[in-house]
Amino acid sequence: MMQVYLNTLALIAPGLLGWQASVPILTRQTPYKATPLPRFSPSFLPSNARRRTTVTIKLALQVAQEALEASALSPKHLSTVFSSCMGNSEVIDNVCRALSLPDKPVSPTYFHNSVHNAPAGYWAIATHSQMPSISLSAYDASFVAGLLEASALAIVENTDVLLVCYDHTAPEPLSKARFFEAPVAVALLLTREQIAGSCAKLSLKLIEARIDSETQMAEPALEKLRTGNPAARSLPLLQAIAQAVSGRIILPYLDDNQLVVGIEPC
Amino acid sequence: MPIKPLLISAYTLVNALGQGKRASLLALQQEKGGLRPCDFEDVTLDTWIGRVEGLQPITGELVAFDCRNNRLAQLALEQDDFSKAVAAARERYGANRIGVFLGTSTSGILETERAYQNTDPVTGDLPESFQYRYSQSLFSVTDFTRRYLGLKGTAVTQSTACSSSAKVFATAYRYMQAGLCDAAVVGGVDSLCLTTLYGFNSLELVSKSPCQPWDINRSGMNIGEAAGFALLEVSDDLGVALLGYGESGDAYHISTPHPEGVGAVLAMQLALENGGIEAEEVDYINLHGTGTRSNDASEDKAVVQVFGTKTPCSSTKSWTGHTLGAAGITEALFACLCIEHNFIPKSLNTNKVEPNLFANILLDKQTQPVNRVMSNSFGFGGSNCSLLFGQLI
Repeated sequence: MMQVYLNTLALIAPGLLGWQASVPILTRQTPYKATPLPRFSPSFLPSNARRRTTVTIKLALQVAQEALEASALSPKHLSTVFSSCMGNSEVIDNVCRALSLPDKPVSPTYFHNSVHNAPAGYWAIATHSQMPSISLSAYDASFVAGLLEASALAIVENTDVLLVCYDHTAPEPLSKARFFEAPVAVALLLTREQIAGSCAKLSLKLIEARIDSETQMAEPALEKLRTGNPAARSLPLLQAIAQAVSGRIILPYLDDNQLVVGIEPC
Repeated sequence: MPIKPLLISAYTLVNALGQGKRASLLALQQEKGGLRPCDFEDVTLDTWIGRVEGLQPITGELVAFDCRNNRLAQLALEQDDFSKAVAAARERYGANRIGVFLGTSTSGILETERAYQNTDPVTGDLPESFQYRYSQSLFSVTDFTRRYLGLKGTAVTQSTACSSSAKVFATAYRYMQAGLCDAAVVGGVDSLCLTTLYGFNSLELVSKSPCQPWDINRSGMNIGEAAGFALLEVSDDLGVALLGYGESGDAYHISTPHPEGVGAVLAMQLALENGGIEAEEVDYINLHGTGTRSNDASEDKAVVQVFGTKTPCSSTKSWTGHTLGAAGITEALFACLCIEHNFIPKSLNTNKVEPNLFANILLDKQTQPVNRVMSNSFGFGGSNCSLLFGQLI
């Protein structure tokens, strides 16, 4: 069993633009309506970096920036975990198209953005943070893998951790090989101890068997989103936090393994 | 406070030097490099590569995973009785309690490249035979390895470019400390593909000749492929162990190392600190040493700042090529070979060290007691990881 404290969080998905705007929807006070996402341009990125990044990198950094801005913690002392199933599909598409041409004219800018840790690299540049950063992938289990990694990092290294989980829809034809319902990004700022500003205590228990059904979203459109993007597997957890009452949810992990998350508001 | 050392109770590797521990050991001791003029697919670049021979298709239950990257993983898993050692550990700990943490930078992207070359002329669709999940997905190689070894616990792919399979050691340590697993298979697999060959070429980082780390005439890197795996356990048995790790960011540039090596200094200092080891106690540094002008200049400053100019250093990338997401594990396991067999490989192809570089680069193999080795891995995005290995006595 691991315990960590949630400081702030951020969410970006169609119809869920930012945490404050999402709370009434997740608590079912306001009906959910999916609306297309605007173009993001995270303001903390230096302008030359902003020009050279992709929609996927901007999505990840926008949600990271929102979680940070809601917090009193300094980015210089935050370790980061960036988790994504597919990473930068726009870059993969661009590079693979170039490689199918006779001269194979791969763009150096696209290539250096091709690394899975590009968002982490831009985050470090923008915040001047030299703290450890991990970039990972676990297919559909990428959110839970990120949450386990970030919690272990916070507990074992005694550091505050920003977890960012994101997946953008891929361009065609790649989108047919790996379909996502919509772009989704979520960020959770986690601390080892309770601090001023902690909003919930999370107790994580990994169960190496299927004990119960995974928690679903009652609203059909949100349930479709949940199963349609690995980052949206976080929605039941976010809903429980939005409700601000004690609860327990079950998130799917690998095979039949599940993560049971206990939530206690602070 | 120093970390509790993790015993490396079994390990294996394949790379351009050959298959299994013995092939790498003999090549390093007999000074036979593994690079060859580029003969990969239809690549027309004038460069040298570190290609692995003897890859076999994946058949049977896991046939869906068949791709070059997973074939490379399979080849390594078949060497040195590694799978048997994991099977025995599975009996001791339970299949649910052994984690799998692997690094890769490009996974099976070669399959995606091929799919894009064979799109439907009318619809533009990728061929139906292309299965993203089992090939290019970053998790594919970890998923494959976990199933191959019959493990059912935690697993994740780390992908931080060229530090990927060094950082898995730190992740494994944290998972074990946090009680998420009792033992871990760590490793890394990266295979040749057009993306990295043409990509690094577009950045003008690829050398036309075998790379020459630290040399006055160095002109870039060679791309290689490799796979390596290690079984980590908490144990009082004798053997080589992970003593420390250090992770840092450069916060400088997405594809160029910090000119003063500030992130590299931090990673090396953290590794020494959490290993509880003084710089003077390190017998050998296996450098990141890509052979590019910028890496070697930056890493040299960092090494000299932390260690001074006496500690013996070499880069083994001139033996295997830069195996990217597999470089961390490959060089970590070379460190284990050095400790077990008491030798330090020379920096192959380095003829005359650049006068402005001051680290003690070995131009000849040394045979001497080797108890502590540091291995450096630095990647794009300014991702740095230094590992410290030593003999448990």
